[in-house]
Amino acid sequence: MMTDLYQSQRAMRQMRRQAMQRGVVAVLDVGSSKIACLVLRFDGTGRLSEDNSIGSLAGQTGFRVIGAATTRSRGVQFGEVTAMQETERAIRTALQAAQKMADIRVDHVIASFSGANPRSYGLDAQVDLEGQVVSEAEVGRVLNACDVPDYGVGREVLHAQPVNFALDNRSGLIDPRGQMGQSLAVDMHMLTVDAVAIQNIVRCIKRCDLELAGIANSAYVSGVSALVEDEQELGAACIDMGGGTTSVSIFMKKHMIYADCVRMGGDHVTADISMGLGVPAAVAERIKTFNGGVHATGADDRDLIDIGGDTGDWEHDRRTVSRAELIGIMRPRVEEILEEVRVRLDAAGFDHMPSQQIVLTGGGSQIMGLDGLATRILGQRVRLGRPLRVHGLPQSATGPGFSSAVGLSLFAAHPQDEWWDFEIPVDTYAARPFKRAVRWFRDNW
Amino acid sequence: MRPLTATRTPVIHRSKSLAGPDADFDSGARSEAEPKLRLRGARLFGRKSNRFDPAPSRLSYRVQRWMLTPGIRRGLKLGLPVLAICIAVGVYFGSEQRREAVVAYVTDLKTSIQQRPEFMVNLMAIDGAGTNLSEDIREIVPLDFPISSWDLDVEQIRDKITGLNPVKLATVRVRPGGILQIDVVERQPVIVWRTRAGIALLDETGAHVERIASRKDHSNLPLIAGKGADVHVDEALQLLTTARSLGTRVRGLVRIGERRWDLVLDRGQRIMLPTERPVRALERVLAVNEVQDLLERDVAVVDMRLGQRPTIRMTKAASEDWWNTKVTVGSEQ
Repeated sequence: MMTDLYQSQRAMRQMRRQAMQRGVVAVLDVGSSKIACLVLRFDGTGRLSEDNSIGSLAGQTGFRVIGAATTRSRGVQFGEVTAMQETERAIRTALQAAQKMADIRVDHVIASFSGANPRSYGLDAQVDLEGQVVSEAEVGRVLNACDVPDYGVGREVLHAQPVNFALDNRSGLIDPRGQMGQSLAVDMHMLTVDAVAIQNIVRCIKRCDLELAGIANSAYVSGVSALVEDEQELGAACIDMGGGTTSVSIFMKKHMIYADCVRMGGDHVTADISMGLGVPAAVAERIKTFNGGVHATGADDRDLIDIGGDTGDWEHDRRTVSRAELIGIMRPRVEEILEEVRVRLDAAGFDHMPSQQIVLTGGGSQIMGLDGLATRILGQRVRLGRPLRVHGLPQSATGPGFSSAVGLSLFAAHPQDEWWDFEIPVDTYAARPFKRAVRWFRDNW
Repeated sequence: MRPLTATRTPVIHRSKSLAGPDADFDSGARSEAEPKLRLRGARLFGRKSNRFDPAPSRLSYRVQRWMLTPGIRRGLKLGLPVLAICIAVGVYFGSEQRREAVVAYVTDLKTSIQQRPEFMVNLMAIDGAGTNLSEDIREIVPLDFPISSWDLDVEQIRDKITGLNPVKLATVRVRPGGILQIDVVERQPVIVWRTRAGIALLDETGAHVERIASRKDHSNLPLIAGKGADVHVDEALQLLTTARSLGTRVRGLVRIGERRWDLVLDRGQRIMLPTERPVRALERVLAVNEVQDLLERDVAVVDMRLGQRPTIRMTKAASEDWWNTKVTVGSEQ
């Protein structure tokens, strides 16, 4: 099963390489409230500006967004596909509009999704080097030597990223290749998700006549785009408050070391408002967007919001609610989400991180006064994050709701080395069935 | 700004029309995500195009993707018109009748242009040729005037005229005014060549100019004879120039064995010249003649064929005379 995954991930990498050669790839963020699609055009490697500085785009100049479209998501709940046909139609809508804008046909797509119970594992391994110098094959060997835990049937590895290399007694190496030493140790972060969720997304994309060139967890990609470089280096948590889920990812030394997901999000707040006020979901969504908040002040008691309705009953259609009441509905739910995030961060040992920066992003982070509330629950160092600026991104897609779409395009341009980017050593790859047969023989006779 | 003192009048938020991306979002992203390319058929079945959740049908999605494929786009933009034109032309020319009509029309048009009076040639003018020659030329260039200048093959006419023996050079052109102008430079005869077949005039390159009946008509021209003499006319002319001092005594040159020359003088005298450098040999004979009056004597042949050993053959009478002298001288002793 591991080899299976290894092969399919390698096939996706191959697909990505093809897309790079063609120069056009689409990124698709399948969220619970909206599906965002960006069409990227790659025009060579990123060039530095004349004075050799990184520049305002943090060196991310290798690509350009030439098409962008969003559509209301259908058939996705908690970041997982629940109604295949509906999701397929939504993907088709977004993709068609983006293609239309880009005026080019796209055949390769890189997708991200947030749900499916992500679970993080930290793996490590140590091998003695065969030669003096660390070669690519040695890196592959040490990665393969990692003791993979039993992550359960029906789960798939989504990411397996080497986050730290140690050579003899020197730790914290980013790239040990070409260095001299005796033994090589690696720490790897592995993220597993429900296999069914991946399969559903893959099927939806296949049914749209597209080739999947990569798949990523949206907690990871929104961290890539919303955290600035020093936060990624020194350690920070990115909290992406989406519609159906709130995903948490912790970064350290430019690598994700933990990811998790709380199955609550902005849609639950809307549902609470809808239930509490007795209004349709669309109206509740609008009231939340325009008048929502989490900090009630004295003036809010006199802010009466017209919640309306079109039943024809005058009394019913003239209903109003004060903003304080609205806040009273929203705040407990937001607090609950943030408490849950706190629990996940504590479980991951975020307390022990040297830098405890927390960045809130995602569409849900636009609730007024959220940073103040988050400061009380999560800690002092909280800021609201917006995605990195990339070339050609329309103004309407620069909000925090698009941080995972933008992060996904950064991921498409510069993917991180994963376990499957290194060759499996031949001996384990080929000799394992034989070894297993021998072992079985010895055990039984 | 709101006043700091409490007021009774509540602030009521009326729902406003949305703007920006939120409006798109609220309306199911109708303006942005609504595909412009929709199949018309869908509307026939009563589906409203601005439904709450627009989604392209599978077919329209595929059609749009085809349309965005570069090859198909180019094919539609360029290939389709070209194909249509090809089919139209093919269908039109499919029938024999129409094809012939078009060919006939084109031919008519061509002839009507060619037959315009501006292009017609009415007569032929020949300059630089004698009467005989111009008659010959008219004979070998049979044109029935008036003729269009498009139908004249001037090159061919010139080649034909140059092919005539007496013509050295010919230019043929159509002069304004509808005249076919032929300028001829005739060959000038410089020597008379007598063979068993007859007498002919040759020019300085040895080319045949004219066959004549009698030597008498051209008594001013020198005479050469013998097979293959016409090939070495230039050499013969040099020899004759050298022999100029002999004046009227020179009868002519005879080519012997297609190899060397004999200079024939009157009284049956002959100077046999070698194959190599005959002019030099003749000059030696003339030098001897100047000093010794060799040719005035009773000499039949001066044989210069071997340069180291020039030989003289006397006439029969002279040798007999010489013998007698010797006898007398011998008897006296």
